[in-house]
Amino acid sequence: MRPFAFSRADSLESAVAQRQGEPRSAFVAGGTTLLDLAKLDVMRPAQVIDINALPLKAVERLDGGRLRIGALVTNSDLARHPAVATDYPLLAQALLAGASTQVRNVATTAGNLMQRTRCPYFRDVAAACNKREPGSGCDAIDGLNRMHAVLGGSTACVAVHPSDMCVALAAIGATLTLHGPDGERDVDFADFHRLPGTTPHREHALGDGELIVAVTLDPPLRPLGAAYIKLRDRASYEFALASAGAMLSLDDGMIGEARLALGGVATRPWRCHEAEALLVGRRADEAAFTQAADIALAPAQPLAHNAFKVVLARQAIVRALRDAREEQA
Amino acid sequence: MQTPISPPDATLSVRLVLNGEPLTLDVAPQAILLDVLREQLQLGGTKKGCDHGQCGACTVHLDGRAVNACLRLAAMCEGQTITTIEGLGEKGQLHPVQEAFLVHDAYQCGYCSPGQIMSAVALLEEAEGASDAGAIREAMSGNLCRCGAYRNIQAAIAAARRHLERQTAAEDGRS
Repeated sequence: MRPFAFSRADSLESAVAQRQGEPRSAFVAGGTTLLDLAKLDVMRPAQVIDINALPLKAVERLDGGRLRIGALVTNSDLARHPAVATDYPLLAQALLAGASTQVRNVATTAGNLMQRTRCPYFRDVAAACNKREPGSGCDAIDGLNRMHAVLGGSTACVAVHPSDMCVALAAIGATLTLHGPDGERDVDFADFHRLPGTTPHREHALGDGELIVAVTLDPPLRPLGAAYIKLRDRASYEFALASAGAMLSLDDGMIGEARLALGGVATRPWRCHEAEALLVGRRADEAAFTQAADIALAPAQPLAHNAFKVVLARQAIVRALRDAREEQA
Repeated sequence: MQTPISPPDATLSVRLVLNGEPLTLDVAPQAILLDVLREQLQLGGTKKGCDHGQCGACTVHLDGRAVNACLRLAAMCEGQTITTIEGLGEKGQLHPVQEAFLVHDAYQCGYCSPGQIMSAVALLEEAEGASDAGAIREAMSGNLCRCGAYRNIQAAIAAARRHLERQTAAEDGRS
């Protein structure tokens, strides 16, 4: 690993100030992405600023039923928080489907939002990767692309966004609070992660020197049935080949509200608005679920080795919707 | 404990509690906790497997919770309490989980065992941990065993849980 400077921030102001003048700075919280990728020489921070002492570890209920989650709340603590277990079971399920006990114990809410793709070409500094080295090309598009995206890709990049937590956030709806040199601002979760387009190295809406301080969840659906289905090469501690997060609000078997998001198949956390619109007002039956899955996957563009992901994702959607229905029944 | 060996490029001072003893360490900014434990503190029980958080051989307890020592800077541990496999049990008396691993032959080559045992101990100390065989498997999925001793590892953890439950019941009976 290349040497870097290390400092600790004891306030938001000091975190932002320490970053000024050193664009190659990285904030570290859990460190599970940064240190992994620094060892591979994929991330090359000149300065690492430890933000673990910042007061961003609270989970608070706000007016209107929303829930504000501090950036440094660990994935383990969030999954077990009573408010999450009660009101946002989809988030709890998605968190516990991600990573391992050891990683969840240190990985944070903001760090999960900032995690990098698992694309093997991104992680290999000998390979061409527009995300890691803008303009160098993409070895995945004509390479071994079994793990890559079928939704949201471009001719520059087809790397999958790896997060499970973010699939739940896409379905639930959330607002991110950012802090930077110009103070605080809010960004809709839906606008945070970018499509790769021609600039896959630009992954998110954080400005220079900004950091995430909180994630505020939209009010929960009521009554709520929710389910997260994750399909992968082994049953635990593996990234998704395809995953689906579904939430349904039912009234006498009819769908009042529907939320659907996908993971493992897209270049960013993927909300399925058209499929949701189709479901609303329909009876919660297999025909509706299958049609919703078909609509969600209609824009899919499989590569040479990942057409099976379209089938997997369709099955994940149908099963997640079915389980969400049963959860509420 | 031996006096830590300060590497030549150390620039940071870190105070922590390691296996019950307060300690001040001089470390380089980029020093990884696993390497500091093994090289600087000569505590070789914690193993280096993948060095990327995928195998769990380096599992230690950080403030009581299982973490991968390979994915943590030593400099990030200021004020924290770390327990390694060397800190389990007492002299001449194994921790019940260590004992259960012996009884159930829960290892073959033994390289993953310290990490497996540290994960198991943390799991058994959690209120919601290890409620059934499925929960044990899921909670332990961050620890790989390339020999494939999983069945015996799971049996050892289940037995240790029963032992600890009996112990708790006996203590409750006395109080």
